[in-house]
Amino acid sequence: MPETANELTKLGVKEIRDGVAGGDFTAREVAESFNAAVAAAAELNAFIVTTPDHALAAADAVDAKRAKGEDLGKMGGVPIGMKDLFATHGVQTTAASHILEGFKPQYESTVSQNLWDAGAGMLGKLNLDQFAMGSSNETSYFGNVNSPWKKDGTNAAMSPGGSSGGSSSAVAARIAPAATGTDTGGSIRQPAAFTGICGIKPTYGRCSRWGVVAFASSLDQAGPMARSVEDCAIMLEAMAGFDPKDATSLQMDVPNWEAALDADLKGKKIGIPKEYRMDGTDQAILDSWEQGKAWLRDAGAEIVDISLPHTKYALPAYYIIAPAEASSNLARYDGVRYGLRDLPDGAGLQDMYAATRAAGFGDEVKRRVLIGTYVLSAGFYDAYYTQAQKIRTLVAQDFENAWAECDVILAPTTPTASFPLGSLNEDPLTMYLNDVFAVPASLAGLPAMSVPATINEDGLPLGLQLVGKPFDEQGVLNAGLAIQQRAGFEAKPEKWW
Amino acid sequence: MEKYRIQGATGEWEVVIGLEVHAQVTSNAKLFSGASTAFGAEPNTQVSLVDAAMPGMLPVPNRECIRQAVRTGMAIEAQINKWSRFDRKNYFYADLPQGYQISQLYHPIVGEGQLVIEADEKAGIPEDKIIGIERIHVEQDAGKLMHDQHPTMSYVDLNRTGIALMEIVSKPDMTSPAEAGAYVRKLRSILRYVGSCDGNMEQGSMRADVNVSVRKVGSSELGTRTETKNVNSVRFVMAVIEQEARRQVDLIEDGGSVVQETRLYDPDRNETRSMRSKEDAHDYRYFPDPDLLPLELEDSFIEECRASLPELPDAKRQRYENELGLTPYNARELTAEVETFGRFETLLSATASQIGKPEAKVATQVANWALSVAPGVMKSLGDEADPANATAEAQAKILAMQDKGEISGGQAKEIYEHVLRTGGDPEAIADEKGLKQVSDTGAIEEAIDGIIAANGDKVEEYRGGKDKLFGFFVGQTMKAMQGKANPAVVNQILKDKLG
Amino acid sequence: MSVTREEVAKIASLARIRMEDAELDRMVPELNNILDWVEQLGEVDTSGVEPMTAVIPNTLRLRDDVVDAIPETSGGRRDDVLANAPAAEHGFFGVPKVIE
Ligand SMILES: [Mg+2]
Ligand SMILES: [Zn+2]
Repeated sequence: MPETANELTKLGVKEIRDGVAGGDFTAREVAESFNAAVAAAAELNAFIVTTPDHALAAADAVDAKRAKGEDLGKMGGVPIGMKDLFATHGVQTTAASHILEGFKPQYESTVSQNLWDAGAGMLGKLNLDQFAMGSSNETSYFGNVNSPWKKDGTNAAMSPGGSSGGSSSAVAARIAPAATGTDTGGSIRQPAAFTGICGIKPTYGRCSRWGVVAFASSLDQAGPMARSVEDCAIMLEAMAGFDPKDATSLQMDVPNWEAALDADLKGKKIGIPKEYRMDGTDQAILDSWEQGKAWLRDAGAEIVDISLPHTKYALPAYYIIAPAEASSNLARYDGVRYGLRDLPDGAGLQDMYAATRAAGFGDEVKRRVLIGTYVLSAGFYDAYYTQAQKIRTLVAQDFENAWAECDVILAPTTPTASFPLGSLNEDPLTMYLNDVFAVPASLAGLPAMSVPATINEDGLPLGLQLVGKPFDEQGVLNAGLAIQQRAGFEAKPEKWW
Repeated sequence: MEKYRIQGATGEWEVVIGLEVHAQVTSNAKLFSGASTAFGAEPNTQVSLVDAAMPGMLPVPNRECIRQAVRTGMAIEAQINKWSRFDRKNYFYADLPQGYQISQLYHPIVGEGQLVIEADEKAGIPEDKIIGIERIHVEQDAGKLMHDQHPTMSYVDLNRTGIALMEIVSKPDMTSPAEAGAYVRKLRSILRYVGSCDGNMEQGSMRADVNVSVRKVGSSELGTRTETKNVNSVRFVMAVIEQEARRQVDLIEDGGSVVQETRLYDPDRNETRSMRSKEDAHDYRYFPDPDLLPLELEDSFIEECRASLPELPDAKRQRYENELGLTPYNARELTAEVETFGRFETLLSATASQIGKPEAKVATQVANWALSVAPGVMKSLGDEADPANATAEAQAKILAMQDKGEISGGQAKEIYEHVLRTGGDPEAIADEKGLKQVSDTGAIEEAIDGIIAANGDKVEEYRGGKDKLFGFFVGQTMKAMQGKANPAVVNQILKDKLG
Repeated sequence: MSVTREEVAKIASLARIRMEDAELDRMVPELNNILDWVEQLGEVDTSGVEPMTAVIPNTLRLRDDVVDAIPETSGGRRDDVLANAPAAEHGFFGVPKVIE
């Protein structure tokens, strides 16, 4: 690989976009560099399929536009990774499940289409936890994703987080400048924190869910994952927007978040929720939280203590609501219209369903579908589902009350740093606890972001989380920017793949 | 007429009936997708990615379907719920691509209402009866399975998948097959008046789930009910009730008990049987559809729905009786169907303006024409008649000529025959074919003078008090005039001349 | 509250997931663990609390009754609809014969 190609893969979204627009390099050179980096990083298992031709075609289109002096778009010339939860026309879309292996959608998700319309290209479809269910990227039918990070002095394969683990791994490894993620209960923020990158889940309804394989409809939100707050702002602008095909899509203009980025937080109040000081949280995480307060104070903000009293109940409520919705959303995978069909000899229709779904779904998916089926079933619905939805109301009210006292909330993203693959999968519950800080904002539909803060004693990244009011992505991004500027997070994984 | 009773070995039983009618909402596009609802297309050509439940597809509701459900609710005087929401009903079947039907369980859009079935002595309905309606909710239709195309496979056609249905749930207020039949007919009439469903039962636009239970006469407890699904004609609804009531009585009297289950009606054998394929589907795990926010109706929307409602069958029937002076029979016949009253009202208005009299003055004449004379002529001509020629304008002209005395009733029929065959103008036909009454007093007087002169004896007898002979003179005059004299004029002149 | 092996088998059947004995044995304690844990929600007094309906203040948007208004959600694309079908026959989806 030529030297310049290597140099190009160090660039982020803004640098590539501006460099292509300014003629420093061509979009094709960028695409070729990243295609090569992707091809050389098979050991990460970050991609399920690669699409170098798509990246090149998009790049050529941008170069041609530039030659004609036309507008190149918000993401002009930037090749990205696409989480394999987004339907991409003619390109296999699996949600990392055997049940969708070989499925080639005859349609393009709204978010991916928005990105192509903005001049982005696709490097490939990124691995993830199967149907986005997981926090470590160990539930994919297509194998675990490896984090590019290693714990100091060990060679154990580390988790890139999940479910957007292919996205976090690829962006942290510099084989993609940015990637799409989806966040149902932390699936953008937790992997971002584990890999030292940024990721934002916008307000529920900002990004269309049309064409995104559904996990839990009332929680699912797409968002960008990139290495800087600026890059996230740019890419979110390209992804978001009203979509008449999604009845929950927000009918609002997309603000110009990039232009309004401002790290001066004078007059802003940052809330520190006392309930996020939980047993089992790493001391290093608590220390980074303290550090975060100091940075934001330094940026001009006032730090105030707040209370979110129902925090403790958010995670168990999530583990009723999300599986309930999933059990219904995943009913369509039945072997009739697309995907896997397992038809044992002499099987009737219902036997075919049962055999297909047994063969097609992984263990974690089955577990959640069963939980969801159970909590919705006759006699249990009120005790589980209705109670969980009431608690969801209380969790949302906690936040509403908090907004009377602060503008943005600062908290850790996760209770621990990344862990070795295979170390937590004995007990699903321990794994679920990874998302204990991420889930409350999901239940309340709020914009929330993870920004890298520091490196712990094991040499692993830690992230800080910012949660904002509904529609106030700007407030979240600005606080994130203030942290980014003060944290000076420069660490990157050493290349071992 | 006696109340409907089933005679059992242990005594008399009565039947309790509730109906869930699925009515296809009249709309261009489906409830949650843009695919067409047109009937009879090639398989799977009216299927969107949404209807096929492709991964990541989402529902967006069609305003017109909501509007039609609200208008229907208003037509049955029901409560309109400004806040409702969609729930998912989860079960696995090949005609249900999503693995759930989007329906409304907990908060339907329309609450309690009612309709009136009219007394029909012959059918065993001694007086008007109010049938309560529990609710109307909006939901998706399923696809269609075909079992006879392949030896080992069933074929799935999703054209119907996702078309909007209204499920109209009655209270268990009906107690005989006749009442259930009258209820379905009345409901169908209302839906067609409102325009929210075409009521075409053969094409499946209206289908009933028939809930039947029996109990000993005098008992106030409800028995265990069965639900016979997708019954697609009024006749079959009535047959299902008869069969099912009989079966249940026999079963109980033989020491068995009725199982709450879903059954299917087989019209060829006129019997119901248990539907095994749906047996284990009872736990539907309903929950609010997380793809759809609550449906909140604005006041302006509700007002528009109300303002757009037409005059409904009961109101129209009363107006026909009270304002147009029609007989109850004629009023009921004319208001039963949208087409009938539509044709009648067009003809009434054309005739009234042709004649220059208020509608009420000509309504009876027009009603008789529309209900008996015109259909009679049409029927007698058979294939020779072109129904396209039966225009309101032509018929109004004929009725006007008759009203003015220019033609007789017989001539009116004859002219109408020509109109139906040829589409010609009634006045021209009357002139051409000489189908006009003579009202010219000169010609009639001349003929009468001749008849009086030739029948001196009869004139004497008449003048002597034999009043009956007046008919003889009328007949002679009409004969002399070749039947074309205006009877009123003939009568008058005869009276004058005979003294 | 905990689920028995029999109940798990019933739920699996309701969810149309075939489960062999060994898998059921494994699943029962796992599900009970999770259910025991979510049980803590019962501690919260939710009387007078409405269950969440819309996470963000937003109301349901309705669309106009126009056929094929948006290409992506239109009919008339049978080839696309059948493109991924395991058994597409004469324009239909084929499934094992159903006896109704
Ligand atoms: Mg029913
Ligand atoms: Zn129904």
